[in-house]
Amino acid sequence: MQRSKSRCLLGAGILTVGALMLTGCGGSNFDDPKGAGSDSQKITVMIGSSGDAETQAVTAAVAGWAADTGVDASVVAASDLNQQLSQGFASGKPADVFYVSTESLAGYASNGSLYAYGDQLPHKDDFYPSLVESFTYDGQFYCAPKDFSTLGLVINTEMWEAAGLGDADIPKNWEQLTTIAAKLTTADHVGLAFSPEYARVGAFMVQAGGTLLNADQTKATVDSKENLAGLDYVQSLLKSGSAKFTTDLGAGWGGEAFGKGQAAMTIEGNWITGAMSADFPAISYKVAELPAGPEGKGTLQFTNCWGVAADSPNKDEAVKLVEKLTGTEQQLKFAKAFGVMPSVESAAGQWKAANPANAPFLDGVTNAKGIPSLKGAADVIADFTSQLESLAKSDPAKILSATQKNMEAAVSGK
Amino acid sequence: MTTATETAPKKAPPVTQKRRPRDTVAGWLFTGPMLIILGLFLVVPVGMALWVSFSDWTGRGSPFASTVSFIGMDNYKELLAGGGLAERDFGMSLRNNAWYVVLVVPVQTIVAIVLAVLVNRQVLKGRGFFRTAFYFPSVTSSVAITVIWLFLFGATGAVNKVLSYLGIHGPSWFQDPSGILHNGLHAVGITEGPAFLVDTTVLGLPLWDWLAGPSVAMTAFIFMAVFTTSGTFMLLFIAALQNLSGEVHEAAMIDGANGWQRFWQVTLPQLRPTLFTVLTLGLIGTWQVFDQIYTGTQGGPGKTTLTPAYLSYTSAFESQQWGRGAAIAFVLFIIIVLFTLLQRWVLRERPVSRRHRRMYGTPSKGDHS
Repeated sequence: MQRSKSRCLLGAGILTVGALMLTGCGGSNFDDPKGAGSDSQKITVMIGSSGDAETQAVTAAVAGWAADTGVDASVVAASDLNQQLSQGFASGKPADVFYVSTESLAGYASNGSLYAYGDQLPHKDDFYPSLVESFTYDGQFYCAPKDFSTLGLVINTEMWEAAGLGDADIPKNWEQLTTIAAKLTTADHVGLAFSPEYARVGAFMVQAGGTLLNADQTKATVDSKENLAGLDYVQSLLKSGSAKFTTDLGAGWGGEAFGKGQAAMTIEGNWITGAMSADFPAISYKVAELPAGPEGKGTLQFTNCWGVAADSPNKDEAVKLVEKLTGTEQQLKFAKAFGVMPSVESAAGQWKAANPANAPFLDGVTNAKGIPSLKGAADVIADFTSQLESLAKSDPAKILSATQKNMEAAVSGK
Repeated sequence: MTTATETAPKKAPPVTQKRRPRDTVAGWLFTGPMLIILGLFLVVPVGMALWVSFSDWTGRGSPFASTVSFIGMDNYKELLAGGGLAERDFGMSLRNNAWYVVLVVPVQTIVAIVLAVLVNRQVLKGRGFFRTAFYFPSVTSSVAITVIWLFLFGATGAVNKVLSYLGIHGPSWFQDPSGILHNGLHAVGITEGPAFLVDTTVLGLPLWDWLAGPSVAMTAFIFMAVFTTSGTFMLLFIAALQNLSGEVHEAAMIDGANGWQRFWQVTLPQLRPTLFTVLTLGLIGTWQVFDQIYTGTQGGPGKTTLTPAYLSYTSAFESQQWGRGAAIAFVLFIIIVLFTLLQRWVLRERPVSRRHRRMYGTPSKGDHS
C-alpha cells in the first residue's frame, strides 16, 4: 500500500520536473501564439507615466482608437520602464508600442528590438526636424516623437519687481544675465539656480556654439573652445555668488529651489508648470527664452518617442495607433491633459493660443539641440554630468578633455 | 526485490547499513522539490548569467539563440583592462564599495557586540524595550529608511540643524562628492597627492583617488548601514551570549579576572563562531549594496556612491550592455568569495602559541599540578 503510494508520488514528481523543465526551456519558442505579452489580436501599449493625468489621457486615447478600429488595445503603466521593456525583449514578447527615451534609443535600435517605421508615417514632415534627428539612428528614422520640452528661463515675478526690474530687463544675453542675476541676489535667495547636469549646463554650451558631436555623429567635438566658453561662463556665474547649483541649496531640482523661494530665476523645462501649480501654487512666475550667448540663442530639448517592437506580431496596427497618437488633434489633447508640447508643427499655433504664458518654451525649438543618439553617448553624458557637479571648484578644460576621450571611445565603438 | 524490501524491516537491523532502494527513492522524493526550486531559480539563472557574461547577447530574444556568439573574455577585459569609461566606472564602483565594506563591517560588528553585551546584562531594567528598539531598524524596509535618511541628511535637514547648534556648518551630505580622507588632508594643507600616487592608475582611477576615502555622501550611507544592520547582528550575539555557560564566567571571577578581562579573555573567544557568521554575512551584504543606491542617489554625486551591484544593473538595463552587466556580477562574486576565504583564514582556530602558553602558564600534557 505504502509502496505504491510512494511510487505514485515519484511518478508525479518526475512528471512535475519534466513539465517544469519543458516550460523552463520553452523560452526560446517564440511561435506560441497565445503568449502573455501580445498576440495577433491585441496591442499592448507600455508607458513610463509621469502621473495619473498622463496615464488616464493615454488610456483614453488608446481606448478611443480601439473602439474606432475594432482592434483590442490596452495600456500598461510601467513602474520601471527600462526593466519591464527589457524583460519583454528578452522573452521575445515585448509590448507592441512603448515609450523610448533619447538615451535608450541607441541601445534598442542597435540590438534590433525597434522597428524603424518613421518614414511610413504620412505626417512625418510635420515633426520638428530636430526631434526627428533625435530619433534617427544609423540614418533611419526609428520612431515618432511623442511630444517634447525645451529649457526656458523661469522668473519669480514678485522678486523681479522687488528688485525694481521691468519687462524690458529680461536678459537677452550673457552680460545682462550676469547683471540681472546679481541684482536679484539677496541675503535670502540667489539670483539664479539650476541643477548641476549636462541637461541644464549644456544649454550654455549650445549658446556658445558648442556641440558634443559633429552633425553626423562621427566625431567627438567636446573639447572645443566654444564648449569651454560655455563652461567658463557658468563657472563665472557660480563664482560670483549670484548663481548656485540646486545641490548647494539642498534642492532636488530647479523647480524645488524656485518654488521654495531659494532662487529668483531657474532654468527648467515646461514640466515646471505642472509642478508649480501642484506644489507651489502661491508663487507667481513668468517664462522667458534663455538668453543668447556669443553664438546666438540656444537651448536643449528633451523628448520621448513611441517605439514599436520589431518582434511585435501586429506592427501595421501598431504604426496606425502611433499615427493617431501623434496626430495634431490628439497631441493637443495630451498637451491639455498633462502639459507637454506637441511634437508636430501644425499644432504650434493652437498650443500657443491655449498656453500664451508658456509660448517661450515652444519658441525655443528653433534653437534647440537634442541629446546625441549615438550608442554609448548616454554613459559619456552621465559621466560628464558627474564631473559638472563640482564645476565651481574644478578646471573646465580638464572636464572637457576627459569627456572628449570618453566620447571618442563611444564614437569608435560605433 | 519486492519480497526483500517487504521482509527487510522484520529482520533485526543489520549492523552495516545497506542502501535500500526505497530509502533512496524517499530521499530523492524529499529533496526533489528543493532541488527543482534551487535548480530552476538558482542554478539555471546563474548558469545563464555566466553564459551571458561570455557572450555578445544584446538583450533581445533568448541568450541561447543562434545569433548570440561566444566572445570569450571580452566583457571581462573591457572591465578590467579596457582603458575606457567602462573600466573607470568599474574601478570607481569598487573603490566606493571597498571603503563602504572597510568601514561598515568592523563598526557594525563592534556596535552589535557592545549592544548585545549591554542588553544581555541581568541588572538592566527594560531589557525587552532596548532589544526591540535596537532591532527595530532591521525589520524596517531599507527603502523607507533610505527616504528618511535623505531627509535627515539633507542640506537643511535635522542632522545639519543639530550640527549647527554645535557651531559646525554641516556639509550638504548627499550632494557632496569629496572624499573624507582627502578632506582631512585638505584641512592640514595637503591638496595635491605625491606624483607617484597621482600618476599611477589602477582600473582607470589614480591611486590618489583610490585613497580619497568614502565621499561625504557615501559616509551617510555608511551610518545608515551601521544603524540598520547592527540590530540584526546584535540578535545573533545575544543568542550566542545566552548559550555561554555561566560556570566559565564564575571560574574566571574566582580567578580574579575583572570585567574587562572577562570580556576579552573569556566571552569574546567563545563568541568566535558567531563572530565568523556575523563577519561573513556582513561582508556579503556590504559588497552587494544596491537598494539604498537605487532609491537614494543613483550613484551620484560624482559617481561616488556607485557600487558594482548598481553598476551591473545600469549597464544591463539602461545601457543594454548585458554581457558587461553579467561580467560585473561575476567579478563581484569572486571578490566576495575571496574576502570570505581570507576572513576564514584570519579567524581560524590556532594552536596556542608558545608565547601565550608561557603567559597563561598552560600546563603541558598530563601535568595536573
